[in-house]
Amino acid sequence: MNLKKETFALLAGVLLMSVAHAPKASDDTQGFDIAARSDRTDVGFGDSVVELQMVLRNAAGQESTRALRIVTLEKPDETVGDKSLVVFETPRDIEGTALLSHAKILDPDDQWLYLPALKRVKRISSSNKSGPFVGSEFAFEDFTAIELNKFDYTYVGEVPCGDLTCDVLERTPRYENSGYKKQVSWVDQTDFQIRKVEFYDRRGDLLKVLDMGDYRNYDGIWRAHTLSMSNVQTNKQTDLIYGDYTFNTGLAENDFVKGRLSRLR
Amino acid sequence: MRTLLLVILLAVLSPAHGGELDISGSLELQARTFWHDPQWVDPDDQALQGTVVSTTEIRWYNEEGKQRAVFIPYLRWDATDDERSLADLREAYWAFEGDDYELLVGANTVFWGVTESLHLVDIINQTDFAGDIDGEDKLGQPMLSLMLQRDWGEISAFVMPYFRERTFSGKDGRFRPPLPVDSERVLYESSDKENHVDLALRYSHYIGDIDVGLNVFSGTSREPRLIPSADGESLLPVYDQINQFGVDVQYTRDAWLWKLEAIARDGVTHSFFAAVGGFEYTMYQVAESSADIGLLLEYQYDGRNEFEPVTIADSDVFVGTRLALNDIQDTAVLAGFSYDVDTGETFVNIEAERRFGEDWFGEFRVRAFSGAGPGDTTWWLQQDDYVQLSLSRHF
Repeated sequence: MNLKKETFALLAGVLLMSVAHAPKASDDTQGFDIAARSDRTDVGFGDSVVELQMVLRNAAGQESTRALRIVTLEKPDETVGDKSLVVFETPRDIEGTALLSHAKILDPDDQWLYLPALKRVKRISSSNKSGPFVGSEFAFEDFTAIELNKFDYTYVGEVPCGDLTCDVLERTPRYENSGYKKQVSWVDQTDFQIRKVEFYDRRGDLLKVLDMGDYRNYDGIWRAHTLSMSNVQTNKQTDLIYGDYTFNTGLAENDFVKGRLSRLR
Repeated sequence: MRTLLLVILLAVLSPAHGGELDISGSLELQARTFWHDPQWVDPDDQALQGTVVSTTEIRWYNEEGKQRAVFIPYLRWDATDDERSLADLREAYWAFEGDDYELLVGANTVFWGVTESLHLVDIINQTDFAGDIDGEDKLGQPMLSLMLQRDWGEISAFVMPYFRERTFSGKDGRFRPPLPVDSERVLYESSDKENHVDLALRYSHYIGDIDVGLNVFSGTSREPRLIPSADGESLLPVYDQINQFGVDVQYTRDAWLWKLEAIARDGVTHSFFAAVGGFEYTMYQVAESSADIGLLLEYQYDGRNEFEPVTIADSDVFVGTRLALNDIQDTAVLAGFSYDVDTGETFVNIEAERRFGEDWFGEFRVRAFSGAGPGDTTWWLQQDDYVQLSLSRHF
């Protein structure tokens, strides 16, 4: 490996990012309004706990599975991000590894990683937005809570999607270090849920397609239970298969402090 | 200790509680090869050292999740060195958690600190030096601890009624001084010996990009002095009473982690200051791959005199790199190089690891010492360069 070349590649990436971080377009509010309507169907969930399987598949079709639990605390204020805890149950050698995130809107998130072998809590850099999350096709930025105001929106048009009709929105990340030039999302006109997202890399080429399915309604709160991310450039795929959500479990701010990480189990 | 264990076992086994019981563990096979002859007469001249390690983790949670009991027996059998064989309870405690506090009784492991090359402020647990010379293997510490969580941070108090002695290689083992350490004849400054009650207090919080920890410790030093026995045949560990104040700070900005740990210790004969600080910088997705490369630089300073327990980290520069492939197998390589600015002693450490399938984990290590002259602190390790292969099955 040539270290000089790699450093140069990184610099080029930084330049591209500053271009992508353009000021918010103000002339098109239709895109934002549709995104906001979709985002707000979620308001008032309080907190949630869900167990899921992450199935990683390489181009040759080989599979590897991880089991994890995601615990989320809603911050109803749209200018503040949610707090979340991701705890790994398998593979067994990383059992108990946990990631605590305090999401921000435009500033980098605050993140701490818990390493059970040393019982060590380590504050980590959250500037690695575009890196793969635990070897999957999901990047960190796909996995942390998608906040409404992290993007600028442009309305593209409407298309049929399955039995429904979807509004198509183009969204561009407003935060730094994104791996994407843009994303195109399909939001249905009936339940206002995101059905599909296309991710375009920094060059503007299609990189990944996310299909969101098996939507279930929990007293007015919709949740997709299968998320399938396909990388069209590498033919790798990661499926997230969610179990049932539990809402309003009585979690509080103190359940999302860094000291809690070493007391999870 | 035994009473505590009984209480915990009863809590775990009590059928009336309901709740959830989770049992997991691992079995590890370890093989070490030394490519130099042993420096001292006794160590077994066989080039291969085989070890089996078993760790079992039994965790119980009550239905509301307010109470938990954890029991982690750790067993190590070494084919060459009896002193490296060990039966320990890494954790054996019961804890009750309220909304903003936690009370814990039993043996536990607690980590403090931020730096990578040295864990200076981490003082609660004794080091299992026979297990690994890197100081990251620890022995379970019996304690009563109370944690309070407030808006302005977390405060933890520790009362530790029983002291754990450091493990050392025996006369047949590698990584030992010219004379073997006699673990049967241990000396204490306190007349209470291992029953001296040690106390510690820790405050930890973060403000924006800065994480801070402050701690005080008063009690039996985890680091022993080693003094020759009267018959001149072995070294005896001496555990002195110390008071220590420690601070650890990390500033996290973009891909940079800036780290500092410092202690002020009222030691055996004098008060001194020690610190380790530096940075970790990570380049993400190098060359458009999924891999990350981290660069680490740390400097270690220690102002202790020759009457205090010996440290190798007195004026050393550490440079390291961490390669993470971010693949399905979590393949990672860590390579570090330490250089003592005063004496020219060097230490090379390379660790590579990956998962095989879902349940197997393999690790490869190389460690090498050089540059020490007679009287230098790593002189007695000069012939102990080694390669280690280990394979673990997790269940």
